[in-house]
Parts: sequence; C-alpha cells; structure tokens
Amino acid sequence: MISVRGLRKHYKVHKRPPGLKAALRSLVHRSYSTVKAVDGISFDIRPGERVGFLGPNGAGKTTTLKVLAGLLHPSEGEVRVDGHVPRLREDAFLKKIMLVMGQKQQLLWDLPPAETFELNRAIYDVPRAQYKQTLDELVGLLELEDLIGKPTRQLSLGERMKCELAAALIHRPRVLFLDEPTIGLDVAMQATMRTFIKSYNERYGATLILTSHYMDDVAALCPRVIVIDKGLLSYDGSLEALVQRVRPEKRVVLRLAEPVDDARLAPLGKVVSHEPGMAVLQVHQEAVNATISRALASLTVTDLTVENAPLEEVMGELFAEGKARRAAAEGTP
Amino acid sequence: MSLRNTVRAFPTLLKVGFSESVAYRAELLVWVLSTTMPLIMMALWTAVARTAPVGRFGQADFVGYFLATFAVRQLISSWAAWLINWEVKQGTLSMRLLRPISPLWAYAAENIAAFPMRLVVAVPVTVLGVVLVGWQVVPRSVVGWGLFAVSILGGWLITFLANAIIGSLSLFMDSSQKLMEVYLVLFFVCSGYMYPVELFPPGLRTLIDWLPFRYQIGLPTELMTNAHGTAEALRLLAFQWGWVAVLAVGTMGVWRYGLRRFAAFGG
Repeated sequence: MISVRGLRKHYKVHKRPPGLKAALRSLVHRSYSTVKAVDGISFDIRPGERVGFLGPNGAGKTTTLKVLAGLLHPSEGEVRVDGHVPRLREDAFLKKIMLVMGQKQQLLWDLPPAETFELNRAIYDVPRAQYKQTLDELVGLLELEDLIGKPTRQLSLGERMKCELAAALIHRPRVLFLDEPTIGLDVAMQATMRTFIKSYNERYGATLILTSHYMDDVAALCPRVIVIDKGLLSYDGSLEALVQRVRPEKRVVLRLAEPVDDARLAPLGKVVSHEPGMAVLQVHQEAVNATISRALASLTVTDLTVENAPLEEVMGELFAEGKARRAAAEGTP
Repeated sequence: MSLRNTVRAFPTLLKVGFSESVAYRAELLVWVLSTTMPLIMMALWTAVARTAPVGRFGQADFVGYFLATFAVRQLISSWAAWLINWEVKQGTLSMRLLRPISPLWAYAAENIAAFPMRLVVAVPVTVLGVVLVGWQVVPRSVVGWGLFAVSILGGWLITFLANAIIGSLSLFMDSSQKLMEVYLVLFFVCSGYMYPVELFPPGLRTLIDWLPFRYQIGLPTELMTNAHGTAEALRLLAFQWGWVAVLAVGTMGVWRYGLRRFAAFGG
C-alpha cells in the first residue's frame, strides 16, 4: 500500500540572530542553513496496517506524513501510496487519502459541522446514498447527533475533534494519516477517539499511520511502530519487541496486606516505588517467576501483577540513547 | 479535480459560501461602510461642479456617477489576496490542498457567494440614484443591461485574478499584503473610483486605458450610466476581457509555480 525508498526532505532556512542590527543586516545579506528534516528513510506498509510513527519533537514525523499526503515534495527518494506518486496530487489519489492534523482544522468555523460534511460530499463526489449511510454511521459511533447542527465555534475542543474526524471520513479514505489526533483532549475523549479509529480501520480495512505524543494512543492502536529520530529511522517493528529491546525488565506490582521495610524488598529486585500497601519491583524478565515465588513466600501479598515499563519511559530512554549516540559521534559531551 | 466534477461541486460551494457570508453579516456591513469613498468623492466633486460643469459632468452627473461607482464596487469585490495570505501564514492552505479541488475555485466560490448580500446594498443605492438623478443612471435597454452585466463579470474577474496573483506571491514571500496595499492605491487612483477616468489629462488617459484598473470599476460604471454607445462599449469590453485572459494565464502560472515552492519548502 505504501512504499518509501530513501526519502529525504531537506529545507533551506534563513538564519538570523535576534536584535535590530541583525534584522537590518538580513535585509542585505542573508545566511541560510540546511535542515535535514528527513534524511534517507525507507519502509513499506501493507494494506490495512496500523502503524505508529514515534519520535521526539522535530524528528521528522509530520514532515514524512506531509510527504505521504502529497503536501510536500521529497528532496530525494521514491514514495508511492496505493500506486500513486503523492507529489502529483492526482484526484484519484486525493480521494483515497486524508490527513487529520490535531492542530489544524477543515471545519468551517462559523457554520455547523453539517455544512462541512455536505461540502466534502460535493467535493469528493460521494453518491448521496453512500453519504447518508456513512454520515449515519459516523454520527452514531461518534455520538454527534447534538453537535452537527451547532456552529463549530461553539463546540468544545473534544467535540470539534470528533466532528473533524467525521469530516475527514465522509469519503471513506483508504489511507488515513493522523497527526496528533488526540492532542489537548481529555482522557475519556482520547479513549473515544481511539476506539473509533480502530473500528474504522477494522470495518473498512483502511491503512492507518498515526503520530502521537500520547503513548496510550500508540499502545491501543499500533501493533507496529516506526521510530524516527533526527530524520533517521531508528526502529521498525512491533511495539512489544521495541519495549523488550529497550527495557527487557518487567515490573512486578505487589499489593501488600501489611507494611514491610525496604530491606525485605531489596533482595527481590530493584525497588522502583514503595508506599504503604504497595511496592513496585523491577526485575529482568527471566527472573520474573523466581521473584514472584520468593515474594509470595516471604511477604503477605494480596494481589500481584506483572507489567512492562510505561511506554513513556521506554521511549524517553530510546530517544536519550539516540541523543547520546549522536553526541558521541560528534565528539561532544 | 476534473472540470466536470468542479462544475458539479460548485453549487454546493456557492451554497456553503452564502451561508458563510450570512454568518459574517456584521463583518460585511463594516466592509460596506469602509467602501464609502465614492460618497465622499461625490460630495467633493458636486461642490467643485457647483459653479460650472467639470468636463461633461454637472452636479447631477457626479451624483449619478458616484452612486453607480458605489454600487459597482459592491459587485466586483474580492478579498482572495487576504485570504490566501492568511491561509499560507497559518498553514491552513494545507487542508485545502488535501481536497480534490483547486483552492482557487473554492476562493472564487466564497467571493461569488457573497454577491446576493452585496446586492442588498447595491440595489437600494441604484434606486436612490434613479430617484435623485433620473433613469440615465441605469442602462436604458436590454442590450445595455446585457453589456453592463458582462462588464460586471469582467470587472469581478479582473479583481479576483489580481487578488489571486498577489495572494499567490505569498507562497514566495513571507507576506504579500503590502503588495496588495500598493495595488489598492493604484486601483483607487487609476480605476475611476475617485474620479471619472475621462477627467485625466490626455497623456495619462492613454496610459490608464491600457492598465487593468479602469476595467475593474470605471468601465462597469460607465456602462451603467450610459456613457458609451454599443460599438464603443463592445470595444472596451474586448479590452476588459483581454485583461481577464492575461490575468487568468498569469494566475495559473504564479499559483502553480508558487505551490511547487510551497511544497518544496514546507506546509
């Protein structure tokens, strides 16, 4: 469905120090530098896959999405989406895709979302019967009945985002690019959006690429992740395997019937946190069974769970590794 | 988007655009109030003509001319340059570019859709002109009305295309709004908006006749007030539509090249 080979996207940016003097100097002499937003990445995505793009701010995730959506021309490399070259922006291509950006909107600000839906029906030339069916589905699944008649400006951020997603799906895109779709939403609304996105993917077999700083989004939606850091691809595989690679340790969460001191916990593993009635231990995954046996034998355990390290921590460690590697390569501390 | 699909989608674009113009009615009223320059010029020039006519214009002629100018200005308006500048700066142009229809069609539809609301202002002003000056301030035959309608369409197209070209320049520069302000100054001076172009001295008049500004507002106003016979009107309309063709080609070129640059540098 999506094929990317050696994609590079370099920008020439005007650099100017702050201050009036620098502003005046820039009138006659401008200095430029090249930013390597994406620096030679390759990957393939199969039809119907759900893939998460992960990376720190400025890693090149949104740039890659914009190249895939045809908004940016690659500096180098070959990109194909369902057989189309995105930069040509052919009608057939644009009718198959949609890019939803959490920080940009397509809804008409002073009109009810229903007007944007109707506009998109006309622009995408969606047959009336299909439009009605899709709209009914979207209204039902996203609970939009009371929202689509109100002016967009009167909707809350979460309500607007639900309508934004509905507007993006009126033409049933086969490829959906989602750039921070849950940014700024409360936890309940994030969960609603995730459930809906997953059901859309399963129902229509749509291919889905997601960028999000909320790891819950990625964990819930993306069996596969592609990690981009400073324009380079640093990981492509399952989320599970990534967690195993970066943090092979597991967390054993113990709920305790009586207080214990740290000295009794220390032999079991590294104590991550300890508060009355609960302790979290970090142990290597091969030692999990032994640790559980010893804990059950030596402590009064009322409940016990084994978890992976929080995804935020895993990603933080991965990005820190990348930064340290680059610093070492450049010879800086 | 193919032309066939664009034509099919256009009525919906107009319908939504009209809803937007109604939603923005307070803003529209403010905008209309900001176009009262012809009324000010009318007061000025009728005072000048109190003792003797200026050219062929007596006091009543100036009243008729400037009321017509005011009405025509409502009908040939476009604000695409400001819109394009805003959307390029905010990055929202990207959302338009994702749709299988050229944003230029969407901008055009938004401008045209405000036409009915503008008629609400233009018609009463025209009626006022008839009451104050007489029937000479409106075309006196079906052919006259037809020529006037063609000139309004041509005038709007020149205004829209000039806006589109200048707006598209924001794809190259940080902002082209200052350029639009320069264009507007030239428009005010050279279009017949502040005084009839026939009052220019002969040398300047020749230059004015070759520039596009007169064909935005001066020509429609002249045709509305029966300043030309049919043959002369057709000659001037040919000139006007020549400018429409030139600006259409220019718009396509600047827009396409600008989009390539936009896509190359960032959205």
